[in-house]
Order: sequence, then C-alpha cells, then structure tokens
Amino acid sequence: MSVNSYESHSEPSVYVYEAPMRIWHWTNALAIVVLSITGYFIGSPMPSLSGEASDHYLMGYIRFIHFSAGYILGVAFVLRIYWFFVGNSVSREIFFHNILKRSYWSELWHEVKWYMFLVKEPKLYKGHNPLAILSMFWLFLLPVIFMIFSGFALYGEGTLPGSWANTLFSSWMIPLFGGNSFTLHTWHHVTMWIIIIFVMIHIYVAVREDIMSRQSIISSMISGWRNFKDDGKVEDIKDDDR
Amino acid sequence: MTETFYEVMRRQGISRRSFLKYCSLTAAALGLGPEFAGKIAHAMETKPRIPILWLHGLECTCCSESFIRSAHPLAKDVILSMISLDYDDTIMAAAGTQAEAIIEETIKKYDGNFILAVEGNAPLNQDGMSCIIAGKPFQEQLDHVAKHCKAIISWGSCASYGCVQAAHPNPTKAVPTHKAIKTNKPIIKVPGCPPIAEVMTAVITYILTFEKFPELDRQGRPKMFYSQRIHDKCYRRPHFDAGQFVEKFDDEGARRGYCLYKVGCKGPTTYNACSTIRWNEGTSFPIQAGHGCMAVLKMVSGIKAHGMPD
Ligand code: HEM
Ligand code: HEM
Ligand code: SF4
Ligand code: SF4
Repeated sequence: MSVNSYESHSEPSVYVYEAPMRIWHWTNALAIVVLSITGYFIGSPMPSLSGEASDHYLMGYIRFIHFSAGYILGVAFVLRIYWFFVGNSVSREIFFHNILKRSYWSELWHEVKWYMFLVKEPKLYKGHNPLAILSMFWLFLLPVIFMIFSGFALYGEGTLPGSWANTLFSSWMIPLFGGNSFTLHTWHHVTMWIIIIFVMIHIYVAVREDIMSRQSIISSMISGWRNFKDDGKVEDIKDDDR
Repeated sequence: MTETFYEVMRRQGISRRSFLKYCSLTAAALGLGPEFAGKIAHAMETKPRIPILWLHGLECTCCSESFIRSAHPLAKDVILSMISLDYDDTIMAAAGTQAEAIIEETIKKYDGNFILAVEGNAPLNQDGMSCIIAGKPFQEQLDHVAKHCKAIISWGSCASYGCVQAAHPNPTKAVPTHKAIKTNKPIIKVPGCPPIAEVMTAVITYILTFEKFPELDRQGRPKMFYSQRIHDKCYRRPHFDAGQFVEKFDDEGARRGYCLYKVGCKGPTTYNACSTIRWNEGTSFPIQAGHGCMAVLKMVSGIKAHGMPD
C-alpha cells in the first residue's frame, strides 16, 4: 500500500526514554568523549613544549579535565543505577539479556541479517533491539564499570593511601592486577579502545536506523518519544521481558 | 646480662657525640620528628641488643653491597656493629664450621628473640640442590632459623618476591621467603634490586629500638618508604605537569632536564623512595642521571604476578 500524503494514516508513538535516561545518555556520551581524548594524551603526550616549566601547565590541565570528567562519569553512572530501580522497563534493558530464551537468539539473528542488508523489514521495538542490548552490555556496560573502578584506583594512587579513592578502589584493584600499577594502566588504556569501538558502531547504527528503520531513533534519545513511521500496528511492537 | 646497643657501639669505638648524631639522623630518616631522637637514644641505651642473623640464599649480594654503603658513615658503623657480631657470611670474619656454629649458638642463647634477615631466596626443586650452604640446602637452613627467630626481614626483591631467579620458567623453583618457610612468622619486605641503603638501615634501627615493625602497607612493605610513587616526589615533575618532555635521549629537552615520561620512565607506576632519599649518599638516582626510572622493583613483582608457581 502506498501512503498517499493526502490520506490520513496513523503514526503511533510511545514514550520510551524518560528524562533522566536522556540526560544520563548525553552526559555520559560527552564524558566519554572528553575522557577518551584526554586519556589518549595522558598515555601519549603531545609534542614537548619548550621554555620554562612555570610557563605551562598542559599535562596538568589535561589530567585535571580527565579526572573531572571521570568524576562526572562515575556520579552519572551511580545515578543511572538508581534509575535502574525506579525507571520504566526500558531503563533495565541493557543490564540483562535472557540468553536462555529461544526467541532472544532468533530475534538477534534477525537483527544481524537486518544490519547486513539481508532482510527487508526490521522488527519493531519499543526499547532496544536484541543486538543493541548485546553490544551495550558487553561493549559498553562492563567496560565502563571497569573504567570507573580502574580509573578511581589509578586516581587513588595519586591521592595517596588514606584517601577515599585509595581505600575504596586502589586498595584492592591494584593487588588484583598483581600489585602492579603498570598492568592496571595498560588495561585502563586497552579498555578505552573497546569503548571507542562500541561508540563507532553505536553511532553508525543510530544514524543508519534513524534513516532505514520503521521507528524514530536519534530523536527518541532527545525527546523521549518513539514514533513508528509506517502504519505499524501497536500489537507488533516488541516490549517483552527479554 | 646482655649488652645494650649503646654499650656495643661504645665498645666499637663510637663516641657518644656520634651516637647522638646517629639517633637524630635516624629519627629524621624515619619521618618521626625531632622528639623521637631522644626516644631512640634512650631505647638504645637501655635495651639489650637484639641479635640479627643475616642469611644468604640465591642472590647477587647487591643488597649487602648497598647496605654497607649507607650514606652516613655513622649509620653504617653503628648498624654494622650491631649486627656483624652475629652471622652474615659475606662480611663476617669467621668462616666455615666456625661460622655455622654461630647460628646454633645464637639460636640457643636467644631462642625466639632474634631477627632473621634474608637476602636472596631458596630454590625448592631438585631437593634444594641449587643452593647449598655448609653442605645442606639453603632451604633447610632458612627454615631452621626461621623456626626460632622472632621476626623476619626479607631484603631485596629476591627475598620479597622472587626476582630474576624466579622468572619464568624458574627451573630451580626459587621462591621468596614467605613461600619457602614452613613456620608462620611476621615478615617485613624491603624490596628493590637492591633496596636503598638508608631504607635498610632505618628499617633495622626501627625494629631494634621499638621492637616492632614500622607500619606496613598491604604488600608488607614499610609504609614510610614505599607508600609513594617516584613520580609523586620526582624533581622533574613540574616538567611533566607543564607538558615538557624529553623526546629523544640527545635532544634539547634532555639537556634541559625535562620529564622522561615519553622515553619510558616508569616513575608513575613505581613505589619506592629513590626520588626523596636517592642513592650513593644522596648523590643521584636514575632520573637525575637523565635516564627514566626502570622500576626493577616493579618488574620483579610483575614476574611474581605472571606464572610464578605457588
Ligand atoms: C560516547 C558516546 C556514546 C555512548 C557511550 C553511548 C551509549 C549509549 C547507551 C549505553 C545507550 C543505551 C541507553 C540505555 O538504555 O541505558 C545508548 C542509546 C542510544 N544512543 Fe548513545 N551513546 C553515545 C553517543 C551517541 C550519539 C553521538 C548518538 C547520536 C547519533 C547516540 C544515539 C543513541 C540513541 C538513538 C540511543 C537509543 C538507541 C535505541 O533506541 O535502541 N548515542 N547510547
Ligand atoms: C570511559 C572512560 C575512560 C577512558 C576512555 C579513560 C582513558 C584513559 C587513558 C587512555 C589513560 C592513559 C593510560 C596510560 O596509558 O597510562 C587514562 C589514565 C588515567 N585515567 Fe582514565 N579513562 C576513563 C575513565 C576514568 C575515570 C572514571 C577516572 C577516575 C577519576 C580515570 C582516571 C584516570 C587516571 C588517574 C589516569 C592516570 C593518569 C596519570 O597517570 O597521570 N579515568 N585514562
Ligand atoms: S634483590 Fe635482586 S638485587 Fe638484591 S641481591 Fe637479589 S638479585 Fe641482587
Ligand atoms: S621523570 Fe619520570 S618520575 Fe619524574 S616526573 Fe617524569 S615521568 Fe614522573
């Protein structure tokens, strides 16, 4: 059926991303961009500046921005966990995927084929699709938790024993990595690249889905509303207990 | 009654003036504040001397070499007069059967009341054949003495963590002190390859005067020397914060003494006191000489972390 612009048709909408979710998403995204750039320059500093040390404070500022963004990331994440308990069902989605459920895998497979241009029609989802959940869990959630723990453990080395960061994080994170802070640095660094890979895929998919799928994507993370573009029947929309 | 420390020192020809100087020096090195100089002096004057048995396993003797080069000649003399009287096969006068007899004598006289200092470590494979002392595996000697001592000092990375001998594949199964002995004795680790001389003398003095270990960190090292990174107290740190780095070892930055981070300095991840106490009578340390920190200490604990059999 072709949609005649003169004819009225229905575009059902559902409210999916509550305000705290959206605020968290963009705060988190911004913090990660800042952390990755500054973190990269902590690992591989910019070309040396000349002159007197008292004329510059470049590394100092880079590290200060890294730590500030680190605090923001950490606090935002704690609030996000709070929202896990009080938010709607979508706010819990990225924390679980029921791998024991048959339909999870078949839907995941369908989604993979959809991303490879092998099927013509995507399924409709109120929240995230199964593939999104898989990648958000393994490539975002776990790495970001590790980044916060390892980040504050490294931070606690600078604030010295007795400081809260040292007591809460360094005291057990560093022994966990063989008592060797260098090993922890390396993992903190490598995990950045895991998150960057996630972000690249994530943004590609968000833009692609915004164009190609049957539902609004990017605007949903801004307004909170998900619009279904075609004459989608509300019953088709998947919103189950994955 | 056994002699006090002070009496031993006087007998060794150390004047009272030198003795007091030494006490204040040590108080300062331990970060204890001036009022402790008197306490140390008092302890040394009244407490009977605690003997130390210093055993050598698989090692390169750099710990002993470092120790006898303690910055202040006084410290060296004083400490040596306190310990060399007993057993240290490298620097003692006695040798052979005579020397070994001292161990048994000390155990008999001071059972449960002497300090065991260990340099190097014990190989366990091939029945301990890779390190034989007086015809017996070092492991046996170590275990025997450990059973009777009051507490143990693990000198250097060998005794603390394993060091080079314990690196993969570790054919002799060299293990650090705490894994070689069968008894459960308090152990203080003073890692480094070697540890800084002043750190060694200060640790001994602390234990002897206060009859307890200084506060230890979670790895069993004295906090006062191992709780900060080289980077936290490095004199090139302003250049790090400014973003001024040596890019190549012969560039302008190297001549101007910029930070060595980009040429591989391990200061940011290494816990030791080199940047404050320095080496060779406070003359210098690797970073001051223009080379980054090499973190021998940390490398060694890294070896421990990767595939050291327990
Ligand atoms: C560092 C960058 C970013 C990170 C780490 C990130 C992370 C995330 C995470 C974890 C979610 C799941 C939210 C939840 O349910 O808890 C999400 C959703 C989303 N993000 Fe991002 N994001 C980033 C940047 C972006 C950008 C630049 C865009 C826009 C182009 C974007 C668009 C979206 C959209 C549209 C969703 C909802 C997806 C859906 O409905 O399935 N994100 N993002
Ligand atoms: C997604 C989040 C993060 C990314 C991508 C990131 C990235 C990086 C990178 C690449 C480094 C350099 C590591 C090296 O090569 O030695 C670094 C260092 C560091 N990061 Fe992060 N980081 C993140 C989160 C955090 C958080 C939450 C904190 C907590 C405050 C933190 C604190 C630190 C500290 C203290 C250092 C060491 C700085 C130094 O040695 O001067 N990071 N980070
Ligand atoms: S700790 Fe390392 S340095 Fe000291 S004796 Fe052993 S090999 Fe030499
Ligand atoms: S030279 Fe090494 S220890 Fe000193 S500031 Fe630079 S990185 Fe840190």
